[in-house]
Amino acid sequence: MRSQLVLRVIAKLLIPFMLLFALYVQFHGDFGPGGGFQAGVITAAAVILYGLIYGLPAARRLVPDRFVESMIACGVLLYGGVGVAGMLLGGNFLDYFVLAADPVHGQHLGILLVELGVLITVAGVMLKIFYVFAGRGRDPGGA
Amino acid sequence: MMIVVVLAMVLQRNLFGVVVLSGIYSFLMATVLVALDAVDVAMTEAAVGAGVSTVLLLGAIHLTRASEAKPLRKPLLPLVVALGVSGALIYGTLGLPAFSDPAAPIHTHVAPRYIEQAVTETGVPNVVTAVLASYRGYDTFGETIVVFTAGIGVIALLRRRRRRD
Repeated sequence: MRSQLVLRVIAKLLIPFMLLFALYVQFHGDFGPGGGFQAGVITAAAVILYGLIYGLPAARRLVPDRFVESMIACGVLLYGGVGVAGMLLGGNFLDYFVLAADPVHGQHLGILLVELGVLITVAGVMLKIFYVFAGRGRDPGGA
Repeated sequence: MMIVVVLAMVLQRNLFGVVVLSGIYSFLMATVLVALDAVDVAMTEAAVGAGVSTVLLLGAIHLTRASEAKPLRKPLLPLVVALGVSGALIYGTLGLPAFSDPAAPIHTHVAPRYIEQAVTETGVPNVVTAVLASYRGYDTFGETIVVFTAGIGVIALLRRRRRRD
């Protein structure tokens, strides 16, 4: 698919907006529909689109395998870390009230961080599944 | 319309067509969810069901053949089992409270507190997000771990296979 000029140009135009929309869904999840899971899938979809049009090796150069694998673990660690931080600050596990001086603000911060953790894990897992699926049946060295 | 799509999927032997139809089905489902005011779920359905899983299924077709094999036997027993189970499930739904009944237990248990208190307690106007990340933070943590485990499982399975061949 590498010679499709229209696809390449349109994808290049669209992908920044997809990533921006993912961030919007993530950070606006408190006020409108959306949240970490949806944002993670949209992020992954943007990179998958890039991979579909420019080829898998290009996508792997853009977002390397090792980075994706560490994303999977980092998201869960961030989520758990927020929980443990709440514990260390004197609350229960995943208690956001203690994260900031104002309890409501603490809730806000906790929800945002937790959703970020979900985003990182979901985007990592989706991308990794795409990589291993698309990489099968090709040269084993590149995969 | 969704029934037409499902019937077309069942009758279709070309797997590429089935994948495209399942994407269409997901988008229709997302529309239904928007009509039910479940925008968060609709977004997930459109992104995962129609987007990512279509791509993954196409990747799977790329690895196998693009048309379904003819079944060796008539699938009578599975048909009977499926009809029996769906009949039992439909019978079970008869015991549920009527759709959007305000007195149903699900609307009187914790939901009123979430709806009334969520904004003042968490400062988050989107109640879905407040419930998901704050009131039900443990569940969402569990879900994240499920996604994590699924990813690790896929990596483990597909990696080993690749090394062998």
